[in-house]
Amino acid sequence: MAEAAKIASSLLPTGHQRINQLEMVGIVKRFPGVLAADKIDFNVKAGEIHALLGENGAGKSTLMKMLYGLYHPDEGQIRINGVKTIIRSPQDAIQRGIGMIHQHFMLVPSLTVAENIALGMKSSRGLRLDLDVVSRRVLELSEIYNLKVDPGLPIWQLAVGEQQRVEILRALYKGAALLILDEPTAVLTPQEVDGLFRILKQLADDGHGLVFISHKLHEVLEISHRVTVLRDGRRVNSIPTSEATRPKLAEMMVGRPVLLEYEKNPPDPREQRLALEGVSALSNRGTVGLDGVSLSLRGGEIVGVAGVSGNGQQELAQCISGLRQVTAGSVEVDGIDVTNAHPSKLHAIGLSYIPEERMIDGVIKEFSVAENYVLQDHAHPKFTTARIFMLFHKIREACRQAIDAFEIKTPSTETLVKSLSGGNIQKLVLARELSRDPGVLIAAQPTRGVDIGATEYIHQRLLQERDKGTAILLISEDLDEIRALSDRIAVMYEGQIVGEVENKDVDIEQLGLLMTGGG
Amino acid sequence: MNKVSQSALAARLNRLIDFSPVIIALALAMLVSSILLIALDADPLAAFSAMLEGSVGSENATAETLVKATPILFVGIGITIAFRGGMINIGGEGQMIAGALAGVTVALVLGEARVPADMAKTPGAFDLIIVTLSLLGGFLAGALYGGLAGFLKAYFNVNEILSTIMLNQIAVQMMNFLLNGILLDPSEAGFNNIPKTARLVTAAQLPRLSLPLGDPWLFARTRLHWGLIIAIVLAVLIYIFLWRTSLGYRIRAVGENERASSFAGINVKRQMMFSMFLAGGFAGLAGVVQVLGLQYRLQTDGSPAGFTGSAGFNGIVAALFGGLNPIGAIPASAFFGGLLVGAQKMQRELGVPASLITAVNGLVVVFVVSSEIFIQQRSKRRVSVSEEEDG
Repeated sequence: MAEAAKIASSLLPTGHQRINQLEMVGIVKRFPGVLAADKIDFNVKAGEIHALLGENGAGKSTLMKMLYGLYHPDEGQIRINGVKTIIRSPQDAIQRGIGMIHQHFMLVPSLTVAENIALGMKSSRGLRLDLDVVSRRVLELSEIYNLKVDPGLPIWQLAVGEQQRVEILRALYKGAALLILDEPTAVLTPQEVDGLFRILKQLADDGHGLVFISHKLHEVLEISHRVTVLRDGRRVNSIPTSEATRPKLAEMMVGRPVLLEYEKNPPDPREQRLALEGVSALSNRGTVGLDGVSLSLRGGEIVGVAGVSGNGQQELAQCISGLRQVTAGSVEVDGIDVTNAHPSKLHAIGLSYIPEERMIDGVIKEFSVAENYVLQDHAHPKFTTARIFMLFHKIREACRQAIDAFEIKTPSTETLVKSLSGGNIQKLVLARELSRDPGVLIAAQPTRGVDIGATEYIHQRLLQERDKGTAILLISEDLDEIRALSDRIAVMYEGQIVGEVENKDVDIEQLGLLMTGGG
Repeated sequence: MNKVSQSALAARLNRLIDFSPVIIALALAMLVSSILLIALDADPLAAFSAMLEGSVGSENATAETLVKATPILFVGIGITIAFRGGMINIGGEGQMIAGALAGVTVALVLGEARVPADMAKTPGAFDLIIVTLSLLGGFLAGALYGGLAGFLKAYFNVNEILSTIMLNQIAVQMMNFLLNGILLDPSEAGFNNIPKTARLVTAAQLPRLSLPLGDPWLFARTRLHWGLIIAIVLAVLIYIFLWRTSLGYRIRAVGENERASSFAGINVKRQMMFSMFLAGGFAGLAGVVQVLGLQYRLQTDGSPAGFTGSAGFNGIVAALFGGLNPIGAIPASAFFGGLLVGAQKMQRELGVPASLITAVNGLVVVFVVSSEIFIQQRSKRRVSVSEEEDG
C-alpha cells in the first residue's frame, strides 16, 4: 500500500504519472522465417537513459515496436511498475505513458507546430479547434524542458533539429513518461546532436525513462547510463556504461573483435588517373552546386572529400560519373576527356562508382542478386550469346564467386535484393563495381547505414584496392572514416574545395573550421 | 538448411493464401451481381449457370470463348511489356485500330494482286506471304502508334496515360473517316454506306483452327482460328524475351528503377520508346488478327468500341490479372473471354437488359483487380516488416 502511494505521488514536471520501472521479460517475436526476438529481457527505470545497441537486423526496432504497440509479442510479458500490461496499439501505449520518436518524423510540413501537436487529439471545445489552449500548453512545456519552439511556425520553416524537438514536445504533451528514441541522431548535424543530448539529460533528471536506440558507439558511451546489446534477436548483455569501452561494445555487437583502426601501408602514389579542372555544375534546385572545382587523383591513393552534407559532394560525384551536366571545366580519366560523357563510356574506360543512394541508384530492389550483379555487364560477351541471350548459369557462377569473395550474406543468387540488409547490399554494389577492375573508384558515403562488421570489411577492401594501384575518391560525411582511410583530405564548402591537406598532418580543429566555411 | 526449407514452405503457403483474395473477389462480384439480378426479377442461379454454359458448356461455346480471348491475349502481352517497362499504356484500343487499318490495307492490296494470278483457291506460298505481310503491317502500324506515345514521354515528358487515351480518340475518328472514304467497300458506295471495307479474298485470311480429336475434328465447325496459336506462341516468346535476353533485361530494369538504369549506362529514353513500340505492336496484331481471322473485313458501327469490342481495355485487365507475366496472361485472357461470351448467353436466356451484363462484367473486373492490388500491398507489407530492421 505504501509502495502504491509513493508511486502515485511521484509525478513528472508535466503533471503526469511516472513510470518507475518498465520491464520486458522473455519477449519472443517470430516473423515468417525469422526469429526477430528470442527471449529478450529488457528494463528501463525512471531517470535513466538506457541505450539499446545492435547492428541492423539485431532486433532493436522490433523490440521497441512491441513496447509501442505496433507489434505484439508471441511470448513473454511487459510489466509497467510491476503490473503485467498488454499494449494493443500505439494509442494504448500513449495512454500508458509511452512515447516514441521515430527516425523519420511524423509531421505535416504545411501545418504549424501547434496544429501538428493537436493533430489527432480531441479538442476541449468539441467541434471548434482549441489551438490557443494547445499553444499555451506547448509554451509551458517548452519552458519546463528548455525546448525552444514557436508554436505558430509552420513545420517546413524549421530546421531538422527543431522538428525533432516538436516530436519530443508532442510526446510530452500526450503525457509520455517513457520516451523511445529510434536513432535520433541519424539526421542531425554535430551541433544539433549536442543540443539533443542536453535535452535528453534534462528529461532523465526530471524522472523520465529514456530508451536510446543507436548503432553509434561513441554516442552511446556519451549519453547513456546503461547499455543493452542485441545480436541476431538475442540479448548479448546489459552493462553499466561506466564499464563499457568502444572495443568491448563493438565486440559484443559483432560477436568477434573488430578493428576500429586500420594498419595502413605507406602510400605509393603512381601516375595521375583522374583530373578535374574548374568543374562547375548546378544543384537539383538550379542553384550553384559546384563552383570551379579542381582536383587530381593518382593511382594508389585515397583522397577523402570531407564536408557538411549538401556542400556539393553529391554534385561532385555525379559530375565525375556522368550523371550530372558539367556546365564549365573538364573531367579527364587517364588523359581522356570524359566531360559529360555517357556513363557506359565511363564504365568502359575503367571508372567505377559506388553511389550515395544505393537503394535508388545502386541497385534494382525488385531484381535478384544475380541480376543486379550484371547491371552494367548484362550484355557483356562473357554473359551472353550474340549479346542478346543472357547465359544465366554463367552470371550465377560469377555472382556466386563474388558472394564468396565479398562475404555477402544472401540465401541464394536468386534472392531479391530488397530482402537483403543494407550492409550486404553495399557489399554487392562494391563487388560489382570492383569486378570490372577499375582504375578510378568514386565511393560516395560507402558505409552510411552499414553495420560495423560490413563497414570494417568495406574499409579493408578499399585499402586493398588502393594498394593495388586504384585511384579512390572517398566522399564521406563521417570524419572518422575520412581520417581512417584517406591519404589526402579535400574539404568542400558551398560547392568549392576550400582546403586540401595531407592526412598525416591534419588538425581536426582546422578541418572543422574549413567545413563550416571559417577556414 | 532447415531454416531455408522452412521459409520455402512458408513462401509456398503464402502463395496459396494469396490466391484466396481472387476467389473472394469472384464470390463478392457474384454476390453483388446477384443483388442486381434479383432487383430485376431474374434468378441469379439460373443466370450464373447460363453464364457457365454459355462460356464452356459446348464445343461452340468454348470456341467462342477462345475467339474472344485471342485479341485480349495479344493486347495483354503488349500491356505486360509496357508495364514491365514502367509505361502505363491505355492506348490498346487506338493501337488495335491502327494495326487493323494498316493490316487490312496490305491484305486488300496484296489480295487483289493474288486473285488474277491464281483463280484456283489452293493455299500456296504466296498466301502465306500475304498473311505474313498483313500481320507485319498491322504490327508495325500499332507499334508506331504506341511508339509515338513512348517518344512523347521520353523526349517531352508527356504523360503516356493521357497521350494514349487521346490517341485512342484520334484512331477511332481516323477509322471512321477511312472506312467511309477510300477504304469503303465499293459495293457499299452510295448504297447503305455501312462503314466497312471489301471482304478479303480467301488467300488473305487466317485459316480456321481445329484439333485432331474426334470426328469431325474438335472445333472444325466453329469460328476458332489460328490467331489463338500465334498469340500463345508469342506469349511464350515474349516471356523468354523479357526474362532471358539482354533487351528484355533493359526494359525491366528501366521499368523498376530509372535512376539505377541510367547510372548503369542504359539509355532510358530508348527503352521507354521500345517498350511502348512493342506494346503498340501487339495491340496492332490484335487488330489485324480480328480482321484476318474473324471478320474478313474491317467494319465498325462508328462507336468507339465498334470494331475492337473493348479488347484494348480488357487486355489491360488481363495483363494485370495474369500477374504482368505473358504466360499468366493466357489463362487470364481465357477467363475474360469466357465472361464476355457467357454474358451474351445470360442475356439471351434471362432477357435481362444488356447494360446489366456490362455491369456484371465491370463488377468482376473491379473486384478481381482490387484483390490484385490488395495482394500486392500485403506482400509489400510483408517485405517492409523484414526491411524495417534496416532502418
